[in-house]
Amino acid sequence: MMADPAARARISGSLRFRLAAGIILVLAIGGVAVAYAAFTYGRDAAQQSFDRLLVGAANQVAGALRLRDGEVVVDIPISAFELLSLAPRDRVVYGVFGDDGTLITGYDIPSPPDGDGMFFTGSFAGEAARFVRVTRQFSERSFLGSVDVIIGQTTEARRELAQQITRNTLIAVAAIGVGMAALAALAVQSALSPLHRIERDIAARSSKDLTPVDVNVPREISSLVHALNRFIARIERQLHVMRTLIADASHQLRTPIAALRAQAELAAEEPDQERTLKIVGRIHERSRNLSRLTDQLLSHALIIHRADTVDLEALDLRTVATEAVDQTDQSMPDVDRAIRLVLPEAPVMCDGDRLSLAEACKNLINNALNHGRSPISVFVQGREGHARIGVRDGGTGIPEAMWRNAGSRFAKDAGVSVKGAGLGLAIVNAVSEAHGGQMRMERPSEAAFEVSLELPLLSEDAE
Amino acid sequence: MRCLCGVQLCLALMGGAAVCEPAPEATRSYGPAQADVRLTVRGTTDIARFEPVLEKFLARSDGVRIEYEQWGSNDLYLATDADCRSGHATADLVISSSIDQQVKLANDGCAAAYRSDETTGLPAVSNWRDEVFGMTWEPAVIVYNGNMIGDAQAPKSRFDLIDLLRPEDSAFRGRVATYDIEASGLGYLFAFADSQQATTFGRLIEAFGRSGAVATCCSAAIIDGVANGDYLVAYNVLGSYALARADENPDIVVVAPDDYTLVLARAALIPRHAAMPGLAGAFVDFLLSGPGRSALRSANLIVDTSEGVHAAMRLPENPEVSLRPIPLSVALLVGLDQHKRREFISRWRAAFPKE
Repeated sequence: MMADPAARARISGSLRFRLAAGIILVLAIGGVAVAYAAFTYGRDAAQQSFDRLLVGAANQVAGALRLRDGEVVVDIPISAFELLSLAPRDRVVYGVFGDDGTLITGYDIPSPPDGDGMFFTGSFAGEAARFVRVTRQFSERSFLGSVDVIIGQTTEARRELAQQITRNTLIAVAAIGVGMAALAALAVQSALSPLHRIERDIAARSSKDLTPVDVNVPREISSLVHALNRFIARIERQLHVMRTLIADASHQLRTPIAALRAQAELAAEEPDQERTLKIVGRIHERSRNLSRLTDQLLSHALIIHRADTVDLEALDLRTVATEAVDQTDQSMPDVDRAIRLVLPEAPVMCDGDRLSLAEACKNLINNALNHGRSPISVFVQGREGHARIGVRDGGTGIPEAMWRNAGSRFAKDAGVSVKGAGLGLAIVNAVSEAHGGQMRMERPSEAAFEVSLELPLLSEDAE
Repeated sequence: MRCLCGVQLCLALMGGAAVCEPAPEATRSYGPAQADVRLTVRGTTDIARFEPVLEKFLARSDGVRIEYEQWGSNDLYLATDADCRSGHATADLVISSSIDQQVKLANDGCAAAYRSDETTGLPAVSNWRDEVFGMTWEPAVIVYNGNMIGDAQAPKSRFDLIDLLRPEDSAFRGRVATYDIEASGLGYLFAFADSQQATTFGRLIEAFGRSGAVATCCSAAIIDGVANGDYLVAYNVLGSYALARADENPDIVVVAPDDYTLVLARAALIPRHAAMPGLAGAFVDFLLSGPGRSALRSANLIVDTSEGVHAAMRLPENPEVSLRPIPLSVALLVGLDQHKRREFISRWRAAFPKE
């Protein structure tokens, strides 16, 4: 159960690193998306704003067109150009063209691509420029036709505004990202802090302290603490079993072994053969008792151990009873007293460990054989939510005053003779408890005594 | 500014093919004859007035020779524009008082950008696109002969001038002079700027027309006329020239009008194909630097409009409001528009019929 000191926890990456990577990924993807959106938005917004200025200027020029003697007179309002100078660094190009495309005034701009669009792009003085065309119709006696006003402006201010919008958005996004990362770091820190508390609690324990971990933890981690506590409890029980086994063994085995040794020494010094044989007989009997005691000690430890480690499975108590009787018959061929099996017709199901239950049953049979009287019967019953498996004999059994302590180990005062080591009922009791049931003793009549394991009955439907 | 009368023919043909070759009015070289580098500067400023500035620059830079060419403003524009089209610049720096033409050259892509600490320190009205830089501070003023006009009559604003011209028997009839805007690019620039500033301008040219004011060319001729008593008042004269004459002739009084005073900043630009753009930039930096500005101030090209510097100059009551620099911006292109110019001149010509 102790961890090999060389064994290390298998580290599969840092939680912080994973969280950081996740946040960075989310922020990066989000940042790229927002940057693209901001760039698009900034470009469109800048385009729209400056297009409006361009149209405003062109409309002002178109509105100031006059006719004089059948000739178009262009009186450019200065406000039109002041409007354009809101893009302070951009060049301006303009031209007013008559119906036949001849230049009336301004720059001789190459004619725009055909199309319905008001705006078009081109270049001026080696720079990219955006143009607008506004057409004004004249329907006068002296002049019938349209005049085109074309104004173009280089795009420096547009680019600058678009960049400014994009840059400001990105700064805001970056600030939010940094804030989110900081909050996430704090959240991780605080989420991991219960784990640190548990770690400190465990690290601070003495080597003998196997009490449950008692630390305030959030719901998400409580299952971990429960699992840890179950684990600690199991270690604690198993250590207890081990200690009990060692204590019992040292206490129970020392005296009979010393007695055996004394008898053996006595026999070695006894000149009289007949008396020697008698001593040997006693040695034989004592060693048989010792053997059974050892069996029971180990069996008890085994059952306690199995109760912790073996998963219970649905089984029929009738098969357990049959098995126990068969094994008793085989192990004690000299027993001539017949053991009767009293089994119901229907299966009696319960969750259990076949080996432990059979062992408990055999202990009851042995007790009956050793201490009770005929007739001995092994019975199985299933009723009122309880499944019972037990042994009945025709003797007086254990006095009622001692029933309470009968389940304890080495309850010598339970009237058990020196032949019975007193572990049998303790085993039965332990098995009952491991199965969530209890050991029952009953005296149904004057000449009958029964001991049984009463376990929760598994209903037929559950099968 | 010298007389532009000689280039009237070219002006008339502006926009068409130039049949007369634009040429400098005068040329002078400064600095060592064997200098490694030569800087060709073209300007509308008189050589005599610009000389100290050039010499101060040369005193600070070794091995530089400057060819200074004095041009008429329209010729200078035509020459620079022709250089721009041919892709071969014959000047490294062009400094003109016709700032509208300078802006048009830059707008049409004929100027090279130049950025330095000095140029970025300029206010927005004096720096367009880092291509055209306003270098000077020259108010457009009213000049009168203090010997002939008493304080009581002295015009302090355009309103005063209109009032003086109103009476049928006014002594000022026929004795007020201003630029002929057809002949003088600067006169046109000032008149056009006037028309943007206030409705006063319409009343003023009307008064000029009624009283038979004289439209003539050239600062020197106008101020001479005031000095010798031919004219009582001159309107929209460049303050820098007027103050230079006032230093010699105490009769001349210079008035920065109260209602508003236009301020011209002569504009420098480096032609796009200039052979020595770096050196031209260094000269621009010099003109904008402390020593350069003090040289320009000594030459009266930066007119100190603070109180009490020029005894001969009468400042407006609220200089911050009244002094209005003409900003370098695309709005200046409007005045150069063929139709706009034709319309404006015809309006003006109605008041000043050609003899």
